[in-house]
Amino acid sequence: MSELVLQGTDLHRHYEVKRGAFSSPATVKALNGVSFSLEAGKTLAVVGESGCGKSTLARLVTMIETPTEGELKIDGIPVTGPTAELRRKVQIIFQNPYGSLNPRQKIGAILEEPLKINTSDDSATRRRKAHEMLARVGLRAEHYERYPHMFSGGQRQRIAIARALMLNPKILVLDEPVSALDVSIQAQVLNILMDLQDELGLAYLFISHDLSVVRHIADDIMVMYLGKPVEFGTAERVFSDPQHPYTAALLSATPMADPERQKERIPLTGELPSPLNPPPGCPFNPRCWRAEDKCRREMPPLMPVEGRDAACFFPLSMEKSVAA
Amino acid sequence: MSHIEAEKSAIDERTEAGVPETAAKPRSGLSEFWYYFSQNKGAVIGLVIFLIIVAIAVFAPLLAPHAPTIQNRDALLIPPMWEEGGRSAYILGTDPVGRDVLSRLMYGARFSLFIGVVVVILSVSSGVLLGLVAGFFRGWIDTVIMRVMDVILAFPSLLLALVLVAILGPGLTNAMIAIALVLQPHFVRLTRASVLAESEREYVTSARVVGASRLRLMFVTILPNCLAPLIVQATLSFSNAILDAAALGFLGMGAQPPTPEWGTMLAEAREFILRAWWVVTFPGLAILITVLAINLMGDGLRDALDPKLKRS
Repeated sequence: MSELVLQGTDLHRHYEVKRGAFSSPATVKALNGVSFSLEAGKTLAVVGESGCGKSTLARLVTMIETPTEGELKIDGIPVTGPTAELRRKVQIIFQNPYGSLNPRQKIGAILEEPLKINTSDDSATRRRKAHEMLARVGLRAEHYERYPHMFSGGQRQRIAIARALMLNPKILVLDEPVSALDVSIQAQVLNILMDLQDELGLAYLFISHDLSVVRHIADDIMVMYLGKPVEFGTAERVFSDPQHPYTAALLSATPMADPERQKERIPLTGELPSPLNPPPGCPFNPRCWRAEDKCRREMPPLMPVEGRDAACFFPLSMEKSVAA
Repeated sequence: MSHIEAEKSAIDERTEAGVPETAAKPRSGLSEFWYYFSQNKGAVIGLVIFLIIVAIAVFAPLLAPHAPTIQNRDALLIPPMWEEGGRSAYILGTDPVGRDVLSRLMYGARFSLFIGVVVVILSVSSGVLLGLVAGFFRGWIDTVIMRVMDVILAFPSLLLALVLVAILGPGLTNAMIAIALVLQPHFVRLTRASVLAESEREYVTSARVVGASRLRLMFVTILPNCLAPLIVQATLSFSNAILDAAALGFLGMGAQPPTPEWGTMLAEAREFILRAWWVVTFPGLAILITVLAINLMGDGLRDALDPKLKRS
């Protein structure tokens, strides 16, 4: 089960931003050195607030964009450009189920399009496969002839999952797949996703800002801040004992369904700094309550702390007085 | 609905609850289209009138009581038959040189429809293609196309058409080409705007991830979602084309005189507007009814082609 299907090494993605005719273009480092690996049948969750580079990572993995720097390996093959072979291995599911299905196509056509483009199946085979997939995600055969607008959000998301699975991919990128759905439907969709993972040995790259969902589904967690991972480890460790102050603050902001357990809420002040002009040193230092002079000068590397990696000079396990 | 069916749909989500089984039955493309089109009464009336006009145009030689260009010196400016002094031979009266107005209108339907169809086909096909390319590829190609369109739009449309006809030489064909060129930037802009909006949608990215080629993305994925405003614009252009052709005819640059084109008829009768109302009223009415019918039809067409407006 430990087959490595996705491996990113020091991935960078920079965007040139024009600032009018007379000033030089600026560079936005949307992704600034991200390394990770994902095994078949596992789920890697990427969390962080908006603008931290989660979706850019998704665009790189799905080959919509190419990394500026660094290497991405899918199923052991280095990605140089989108080839048909690689395309069949990675598919994506989007946040908004109302935008991710073509409103002019019937469900049948939506499901068959991947086969039509990538395989030489005849129309009868395609039809059969589409019907099988509909049944697999819990939809009925007559839904084949309907248009997307006739479905609810949860059903649409199941159609999107069905379409993504038509090519038997190894990796599924889930870009906030449930955050647009009702809580009752969220569980339904998550359960389908988890069943499919068991059945087909899929690897999930699960992008989310909803930590309670992540806790439910993830094996590993990567917490990102301003294009860099700040903490990377197994879900269990990260959730029970966060080391990076940012992770701790994120976790303390998750509502708990337990009135007895009063947790200390760590309030963060300030905004996410502009990626056009990141602060020197640790990108989190302007908002960090443990920041010292060292944090404002040097960039902390990702180093092993308490059984996971954290990018902090003063992780929470270290007493501040000792460190200073 | 039987027990089993009721149970089956109960398992499903609430959206299905009120849908009768008949509505769920898939319809073939054309009958489905007709079902939704016929929901709109105005559109059906428009279609019927339009079909009548088409039939009149096609069978004009059989229907018309007189030849459109034969002049009768004994019957100059005869009023319609129900007016005092009218003759039953000339149902809608005659024009200043003694030609039967009804026959000329019937033959004129041929020219007007022909102009509308040719102009719309020319401007829609070129406009949609240019707009699609501009919106899809962006960059310098977009800039070049849109600036050229801006140049065309900068001139008053009729003036530009007039200049073009003056260069190409007067006549119906050249007038049609000129009008098509003048109407085309509207289609380019409309298509480009829709394409820009649609390209951002996730289903386009999803098609890209699946490996759809550029041509497939442009014509199969994006273009069908941009059609609704284009259909409305096309019907409006149809009527615009008829009116512009009439204006060119009036200025002596369009259909040349003996041709029974509605606009030209209107222009020829201009000086008799006070003492012979029928020579201007009937061509004007013909244009009005045709344009109205086409616009009504366009509305229904848009409703029928847009799946978002369909009730499941």
